[in-house]
Formats: sequence, C-alpha cells, structure tokens
Amino acid sequence: MARRRVVITGMGAVTPLAHSVEELWQKLLAGESGIRPTTVFDAGTFPTQFSAEVRDYDVRDVLPPEVGAIHRQAGRHSGFILGAALQAWRQANLPLPLAEEGVPMPQALPPTDRIGIYLGAGEGPVDFDNFVGAIIAGWQSDSKQIDWGRWADHALATMDAMRELGQEPNMPSAHLSQLFRVRGPCFSCLTACAASTQAIGEATELIRDGQADIMIAGGAHSMIHPLGITGFNRLTALSRRNDSPARASRPFDRDRDGFVVAEGAGVIILEELEVARRRQAPILAEVLGYGSTTDAFRVTDQHDQGRGGIAAVRLALQDAGLNVEDIDYISAHGTGTKENDSIETLVIKSVFGPLAYKIPVSSVKSMLGHLIAAAGVVEMITCVLAIRDQKLPPTINLENPDPLCDLDYVPNQARAATVEVAMSNSFGFGGQNDTVIIGKWPN
Amino acid sequence: MDPRRVVITGVGVVSPLGVGKESFIEGFLSDRSGIDRIRGFDPVGLPCQVGGEVEEFKINEYVPKIYRKATKLMSRDIVLAVVAAELAIRDAGLKTKGTAPDEIANIDPRRSGVNIGAGLICCDLDELGIALEHAQHEGKFSYAKWGREGMESLTPLWLLKYLPNMQGCHISIIHDLQGPSNSITCAEASGLLAIGEAYRTIVRDKADMMVAGGAECKINPMGLLRQCLLGRVATRYNDRPDQACRPFDRQADGCVMAEGGGIVILEERQRARRRGARIYGEITGFGASNNFSGDFIRPDDGAAGVVIALQKALDEAQLTGDEIRLLIPHGSAIAEHDRAEAQAIRSVFGPAAAALPVVATKSRIGNSGAGASALDLVAAVLSLQEDVIPANRNCPEPPPEYGLNLPDTTIRSAGIRNAMCCCYTYGGQTAAAVVQRPDSR
Repeated sequence: MARRRVVITGMGAVTPLAHSVEELWQKLLAGESGIRPTTVFDAGTFPTQFSAEVRDYDVRDVLPPEVGAIHRQAGRHSGFILGAALQAWRQANLPLPLAEEGVPMPQALPPTDRIGIYLGAGEGPVDFDNFVGAIIAGWQSDSKQIDWGRWADHALATMDAMRELGQEPNMPSAHLSQLFRVRGPCFSCLTACAASTQAIGEATELIRDGQADIMIAGGAHSMIHPLGITGFNRLTALSRRNDSPARASRPFDRDRDGFVVAEGAGVIILEELEVARRRQAPILAEVLGYGSTTDAFRVTDQHDQGRGGIAAVRLALQDAGLNVEDIDYISAHGTGTKENDSIETLVIKSVFGPLAYKIPVSSVKSMLGHLIAAAGVVEMITCVLAIRDQKLPPTINLENPDPLCDLDYVPNQARAATVEVAMSNSFGFGGQNDTVIIGKWPN
Repeated sequence: MDPRRVVITGVGVVSPLGVGKESFIEGFLSDRSGIDRIRGFDPVGLPCQVGGEVEEFKINEYVPKIYRKATKLMSRDIVLAVVAAELAIRDAGLKTKGTAPDEIANIDPRRSGVNIGAGLICCDLDELGIALEHAQHEGKFSYAKWGREGMESLTPLWLLKYLPNMQGCHISIIHDLQGPSNSITCAEASGLLAIGEAYRTIVRDKADMMVAGGAECKINPMGLLRQCLLGRVATRYNDRPDQACRPFDRQADGCVMAEGGGIVILEERQRARRRGARIYGEITGFGASNNFSGDFIRPDDGAAGVVIALQKALDEAQLTGDEIRLLIPHGSAIAEHDRAEAQAIRSVFGPAAAALPVVATKSRIGNSGAGASALDLVAAVLSLQEDVIPANRNCPEPPPEYGLNLPDTTIRSAGIRNAMCCCYTYGGQTAAAVVQRPDSR
C-alpha cells in the first residue's frame, strides 16, 4: 500500500518582525531586522542587552470573543501560539468551533479524535520578581542556605497558581487543544533548537501511520527573561554587539560572535492529502521527507565533523526518495555562532559534494534572531513561501566572508529563484538534528 | 509485508521503592510504601510535607568511568534518567559504549535512539541564592547588579543542568545512540507518550532499538510548591505519610509527589529473537489522545480523552476489553479525577470492568511527574512477566459507584496475557498502551 501523503494547508506566525505570515514574509524579503534593545526586563548591565522581542502583541486582541476566558490569561509563549494557530486554522478553512463530539462534521472533516497536535514548545518565562523575591526572603547569609519555611511563606503568598502552571512546556498545546476542541494525538517535545522541526516531522509520521488525519504542528518559545539570557550569556553563546543590535545576528559572516535570542510562535496545519482534497482545502506544499538523528558526541558541542547533521540530511533525502540534485534551496539552521555555521557548511558540503556551491542556503535568523524551540517552524513557513513566490529570503549582515563558510548564502538581498523543493535544517543544542524536506504542490 | 513488531527486552527503575527492578517488584508484592516525610528539604511551610524519595545511591556506579566528570552537569532529573537507562540497558544484555566500553557493541548506533519524557526542571534555589547575594540593593533584587556581578557566580554551564533534552542527550552520549532522538514534555503523560513514540519509531523502520521512558524529580521546593498552589496535593496525612496517597479510595485526599525514573528497552522483535534476548512482553497497542476540560487541571466528566486513548490502544492490539487481565490506571488520588477515570474505564470495558483488576501504583511510589506513567508501564510489564497482580494499597473503601475491581490482596498465577496502562495530565495529554505476553501470538 502506498504511503499516505501529507500536505500543508495553513500557516500562522507571531514573530519579532510581524504578527502575520504575509507581513513577516515582506519584511524578510526586504532584509529587515527585528532585533533591538531588550525591553521586557532591564538588561542594561547584561553582557547582551538586546534581543528580538514580539512587540505590541496582546493575545486578547486576536482571540474570538466567544472563546473561554482561560486563553486571555495565557502565558507569553502560549499567547503567541494562540495567535499563530488561529491564523493557520483559518487559512486551512477549518471551522471554529469544531462540532461537538458525536455530531457529524461539516465539510467532510475527520472526527475530532483524528485531529491532533504536535508542538516543539519551550518553558514559559519565569515569574521572575516573585521567584527571586522568595529566595531573598528565605536566604540566610551566614549558612548560605535557604530557610525553607520563610521561603514557602513568601512563595505561597506571592506566586500565582496559573502563572506557575503557564510555565509548563505542555501548556501551549493545552491551550490549542482547548481552543479547537481536538481529541487526537497530542504531543509536545522540547529538543532545544530543533524542537519545532522535530514536531513537524513527527506529526507528519503520525499522519502517514494513519494515527491522525490533520495535525496542528509548530512551536512556541520565549527565553527573553532574566534567567534565559543569563543562562545563554554564561555559556557565551550570545552575540554581545550591544552598539548595533540590528547587525548582531550575522550567520556565516567572519565576524559573527554568537546568536541573538528571539521569541514567538509558528503553526502549520498538516493534512492527509485525500482529506485535504475532499474538503477542498488550500494546498500550500507537500511534506516529502524527514530525518532525525543524534550527535551522541558532547553535551556542549556539535560533532566536529557534523556526523549527526549529515545523517539527518541524508535520512530526510532517503525518506523523500530524492537525490541531492533535487534540492533547490536550503533554509539553514544558521545561528550565527562560530561553531554552528562552519559545521553546518561542512554538513552541506559533505552531503551535496560539488553541488553544495550551487544550492542557495540562507538563514532568516539573521533578521529574526533565534526563536529556539519555535525557530524550525517559522523557517519552514519561509520555505513554503519561497516555493510559492519563487523568491529566496536573504542572509543579512553577511559582509565579510569566512573561509570556512564559502557557500552561496544569498547575502544581504532577496532574490528570485526556481524553487520546487526546499529543505529546512535544525540542529538542537544537545545534539538532536532534524531535517524536513517540502515540495511544491502543482495547483 | 507484515508490520514490524516491537518487544520490551529490558527495564530500568529508580523509584521510591528502591533502585532496580527487584526492589520495585518486591515493594509491590509486599506491603511496603515508598512515601515518607520529605527529607530532601524542610517542607515545613508547605501544606503537603510527604513524598516519595529514592534512597541514597552513588551516581558513579551507574556511569562509565570516563563520563564521571560530566555528572556535575546533571540535575536530579537528569541523574534519575541516566541511572534508569543504564539499568535498562544492562538488564537487556546490551553491550554499548557505556556498558561494555572494551567490547564490541551488540547494537548498531545509527539504528539506536532515545526518547525520554522530561518535566519542567527548576534550577537549584540554594545555588541561585548565593548568586543573588551579589545582586541586591537595599534588600531588593537589582537587575543592574545581577547583570554586572550576580550572574558571574553561576557556573558557565549552569543552563545545561536544566534543559529537558539533556536527559536524552547524556544517555545518547554515554551509550553512543546516534539514531532518532526526542524529548517529550507533556507533564505526567510524558513517560508513556515517549514510549509510544519510540514504539512507532521502530514500527516505521526508523530504528531497531530505542531507549524510552521518563524521569523527573518533583521533590524539590518549586516542584512541590507548584502542585500545592494548584491545590492538587494531599494535606491531611502529614502525620501518616504511608497512608497519604489513596487512589480510588473514599478518603482520597490528593496527589503525593515523588521522584523517579522508568526506562524500557524497545527492540524490533526479530532482532531481539536473533540475539536471544529475554523478552518481557510485546507492545501491541498504543493510543494517544487529549483529555482537556475547561480549566487545564481537571479531566472532564467521564474523562473522554482517556476513553479514546484506551479504545485506540485496544483497537490497535485487536483486542476486546474482556481480554485485558490487568489495568494500571493513572489513579492520581484526587477524588474528582479518580471518579472521572473510573467512569472512563467503565465506559470502555463495559460489563468486563467489574472483573478487570485495576491496580494503582501511586499509593506506593507517589507521582513522579514525567517519570510516573513510564513507571506504570514498567509495573505492568513486570506484573505480566511474574504473572502476578499486586494488591492495591490505601484503598480499603472505594466508592461502590466507581464500579472498579481494585484487589486488596496479591493474586498469583493470575493468567495475564494482556495488560494495559493509561495516563493523563494537567494540560490534557493522554495515553494508553497494551502489553502482551511474548508467547501469545
């Protein structure tokens, strides 16, 4: 029996550059940066004082009036994904609300237990002031330990149950299942920077397996909070170009000095081909292949020869039944760290051989920063749009070539190109590598 | 072509009943409880002061010599996963870079993967407290001082202790598992969902062996506090810890949190047979669903998601309810939740529910978050292997309207061919699985 085919029928994104997919795409093609000084907390003395924040966004403005009040109090990252998912849901021409269980669905929709969710979602931001306040209240400077009784009194009096619950990584998917009332397989994974690419791949597999007919896939994350930035600053993973934030994210440039933390969410609707056809949903692209591997190398570093990345790209090609010459565009992981960009270049050269120099590769992280768990899905959305418009987004801030990064990174200017098949790579901190390949749908 | 079949060839357990599967099964077959007054920190200010903690053990006995330095980067959640994985891999007789560094491995690293369910890992508050000493101005937190001095007192690799994917990351490095890797973060359903995903990964021919399960430590100040704020915990039994967790009992008073890790080795059946592995059982059905209600915390009346997950798992295993001889439920011991779960079980099993032995584990081992549902699968697997149905504990008086068969004595030679487990969590994620005796088809 032939494998079930999976198509993309809806997309949505809430990102530092825009709160909609089309506006995001125009800004990416124009080479705009979403990176500015950090405002959500006072980072004035931090080693890195800038980030890519989602600005002027309030989830209450995007929620339909009839949905439950519970979504209006969503944590920051859950709020982003509610907006992104509503966009995708509407584009896919899915009804809100869905019919109650037991009631036949309109438009030949599958039953709700065959509509699922797979997100790569991060933890929500810590309630920092109260979190730190409790530690200070309980701190005993002589013994250098916390008096847990005093800590608990302060914490119980100041912390809010729902705000704490909102930090659980499964809450973005909890919001979506409640909003859309879907009962199918529901997963959230947190494989660091690869999470939402992994979610798209695994959701595709579930549809192929026959476990679901429609999957809401994507991711949401915000690590722009004092502990998140502290953690990355201590790892010396972030750019410190405080004098020019918009030029700080410089993937593949010789003078790159780390990545830039961003926040946001993206969602795509994945659907079994025949279901999509039957209900005349708009088919935006087809998911052709997925590969997932592990570096199994070091906690702190990528494999120095790109072993896991190479294997993920090869497995995705094999899964898609494609050869290297079939790939027209690669959306890079391209974080802007010294290590990632040179190893990723090595991965592409190892797999594609001499062809590597002919395939355009770009990193939208140069403009958006790194949305961590949500990065992969937003990059996948740009691949769909590259195929639709036959245009490639640029890698901005690529001013001085690095001899270790000598491919065609679409420097600084968007360009027209023939794109039938696009590949998106994500390499997670900790060694999880995921590649997804999509192809044009002949409408 | 016949679909690829998946068997369980190893189990690894770290639970409040002890380290290793032996103390786990022994604990279930005796009247022992792993719940006690919390010792890891002074819980005096919290409404719930009891929990399930693992006895002391030395992490160095469970990681290879060359990897011992890296244990400094492991939070408790990571330690629990690493130890459970090591035990499971040893139990399966697998020679990996970790278990047999000087021998030829009997796994193909590129066809071996890892899928671990993880929780929300909170940083060590004492460690943060020291850093915060350098970040105060007139007794209040100062961002300016934190940025200049405070953060400098945290070790550079501080963040790595708290990333949920680090459980799988360490396990993959220690044992050289280069295949598919995932970290499922669905709170209390994480462990079983990870096992379900790993099962499908093998069926799809994307791997031949998967290390799968979950681990979490909920016995830390923030972890427990969050549960207290949600009002989910037992508060009336602080003076009688071993009686505190009472799934399906009339006196059920709430969750008792715990720490623990459960990990299984899943292998493609023919491969396992070829290498002469001991086979505990076969995963023949898995179902994932969603149990959402209006508020993220309670299951809805009738736990519709649990019904769907159980039914999907049964359908995939091509079984009817009367063929199941043991069910390990979620059994949170929150009365309202237990009532909804009981209704779901009755609705799936119908008249067979009255005869189906249901054994809740949390009365003995508490609720270890991401580890809980994986430990429940291990409990089902070991019961199947020993052909024994352990007695429920702390459940002398189940409300008759629950309509469940909750044995209060151990049943030996129970004739188990098929066992099931199911779980759900705040947030809604839900799963169920069927495990079958290896010789039954």
